[in-house]
Amino acid sequence: MSRLAKIGEWFDQRLQLGSTIRETMAHPVPRKSASWFYVFGSAALTVFILQIFTGIMLALIYVPSAGEAWNSLQYLNHGVTLGWFLRGVHGWGSNFMVAIVLIHMVQVAMFGAYKFPRELTWIIGVFLLLMTLGMAFTGQVLRFDQDAYWGLGIGAAICGRVPFVGAWVVHLLLGGPIIAGDTLSRFFAIHVFVIPGLLIGLVSLHLLMVLKLGINDWPMPGRLVRRATYVQEYHEMTKKDGVPFVPEAVWKDMFFSAFIIVCVMACAAFFGPYGPSGQPDPTIVQTVPKPDYFFQWLYALLAYLPPEMETPALLIGPVVIIGFLVCLPFFAGEGEKSWKRRPIAVVTILLTAVALGTLTHLAGYTPWSPIMNAWSGDPVPVQYLNGRSPLERQGAAVFQGKQCRNCHSIGGSGGLRGPDLDSVAVRMTHDQLVRQVLQGGGNMPAYGKNLNPAEVAALVSFLDTLHPANQLPARDAAQEDASPRQ
Amino acid sequence: MSDQEKSGMSRRDLMAKIGMLLNGAAVVILATPVIGYLLAPIVRGDGGRYRKWIDLGELDEFPEGQTRLAKYKNPISNPWDGETDNIPCWVRRVEGEKFQVFAINCAHLGCPVRWFPQSSLFMCPCHGGVYYQDGSRASGPPPRGLFEYPYKVEGGRLMIEAGQLPTLSTSASLRARSNGCQG
Repeated sequence: MSRLAKIGEWFDQRLQLGSTIRETMAHPVPRKSASWFYVFGSAALTVFILQIFTGIMLALIYVPSAGEAWNSLQYLNHGVTLGWFLRGVHGWGSNFMVAIVLIHMVQVAMFGAYKFPRELTWIIGVFLLLMTLGMAFTGQVLRFDQDAYWGLGIGAAICGRVPFVGAWVVHLLLGGPIIAGDTLSRFFAIHVFVIPGLLIGLVSLHLLMVLKLGINDWPMPGRLVRRATYVQEYHEMTKKDGVPFVPEAVWKDMFFSAFIIVCVMACAAFFGPYGPSGQPDPTIVQTVPKPDYFFQWLYALLAYLPPEMETPALLIGPVVIIGFLVCLPFFAGEGEKSWKRRPIAVVTILLTAVALGTLTHLAGYTPWSPIMNAWSGDPVPVQYLNGRSPLERQGAAVFQGKQCRNCHSIGGSGGLRGPDLDSVAVRMTHDQLVRQVLQGGGNMPAYGKNLNPAEVAALVSFLDTLHPANQLPARDAAQEDASPRQ
Repeated sequence: MSDQEKSGMSRRDLMAKIGMLLNGAAVVILATPVIGYLLAPIVRGDGGRYRKWIDLGELDEFPEGQTRLAKYKNPISNPWDGETDNIPCWVRRVEGEKFQVFAINCAHLGCPVRWFPQSSLFMCPCHGGVYYQDGSRASGPPPRGLFEYPYKVEGGRLMIEAGQLPTLSTSASLRARSNGCQG
């Protein structure tokens, strides 16, 4: 016996783990389940381990103090050898972890893996997803910059919408009356101790259940799950047509995990770490806060919900969604597993994906927000000024000076909050324009008090000129002498 | 069959149960101070103790008819808060000693609103909330006008009562204002 084997035996005599490990390695998995579709769970675990490792590395330097956190991040980026890279790996790792956990969940849902007897595995998985998102949010807070500060403000504003106990919830979230030192300290504790601890525990349980219950069999149309017979059928299948987990299935897991780690490192090396952006100083109001990408769909949704829907959607929506996910295996715990025979599941997943994707895309250019510097930054196109009367040109100056451009684009630049005005004269008559400017409406502020009559006359005469050359402006048919405006 | 088996509980069983009971009692006794500790942020602010009167500066710093950014240090703060306890607010001097002091936080989701004197509007960069110069909602998703701090003028200085992040709940202590003209 070699020396190495002897040492191994010495340990195993005391640890008594060898047989368990050998059993786990050799446990049979259905031949078709040793597939590239089954690699996302192990990849999520790999990225989680990567996050723990890089997180500990960052904690060697990071100072969880509202006064010093931002400076310590600058030091990590610029003062510590390869500190920027480790921050990059941790930041990109979080992106990959959210993405892989979501893909894993979609795969599990599509393959019916949440059905009997794996209901609890799924439910724990739902909570693992929530904790992953919790890590993403708290991690964004620890990057204590302007986005973190105002992100906390948004979190507090959402908590403030809770009826009756809103003020208590806000003060609990912030650890005090305002976003300050106590806030960062508690988010540090949650990000570094509370959620990771829960994650380690629940991931272990999740994994143990996969081993004990066996990996989901490849769904076949027409092979129905029945509580009475499933377990026996599964064991017969793995006995007859199973392959040992090691090495038949595990090599794919290992390839994919390695590929993901390389991807995370490549992103970190090419794109670098996230921020930090400006200092967390609330008196710097020239800022456009935005959440990290995994919460941008929510950011977009909050711009589009009607005001009266917002509080119910924010407070009841999560309960409904989480409730639905938790209850899913109870009302769909048996029957078809194959996505080919579960059209509602497929359509639900597709619609959710399209909705989240669309909202995230919209958050990329925030058409609902005024562009704060469009009025001073974007020039009026020359063709809108050439050959115009002095009054009309004065109107263009009013148009810029009164920040109309922040919400209305002309010539392809400016805000997208209101309609673009390149052909507004075709849509509205002179009188309608005057009324719209003075009284506002349709989500536009009224400018009656901010413009004197001369400014209104100039502005509307400028707007009257905004129509395509080959299209007549709108005219009031009720006016007898309705000669077309130029 | 012995007496013990008849009664269904051995002496050891009883001791184990008492042991569990003792541990349960210990947990409850330990939990009480822990819960008190965790609820400290609520208890500390009970009865409006998070709000104090703060000096914003001389009246002359705020010209009549203008709206200006003012900054104050939050009355409840710690040395390790860094810059986070410097809180901005918009001060509008309507005329004489008539003021409006608005919180920086949009009533929608708390982002910092910016004042545009040319169009006399506050605009929010997050979701496009817009307010008139008197703080009433002009357009966008906010459910109400801007949060307003109570103010008073003392010895030629402008004082406001402030101290906590205004939200739809924590604003209850701040003077609620009507929605105003919604356009």
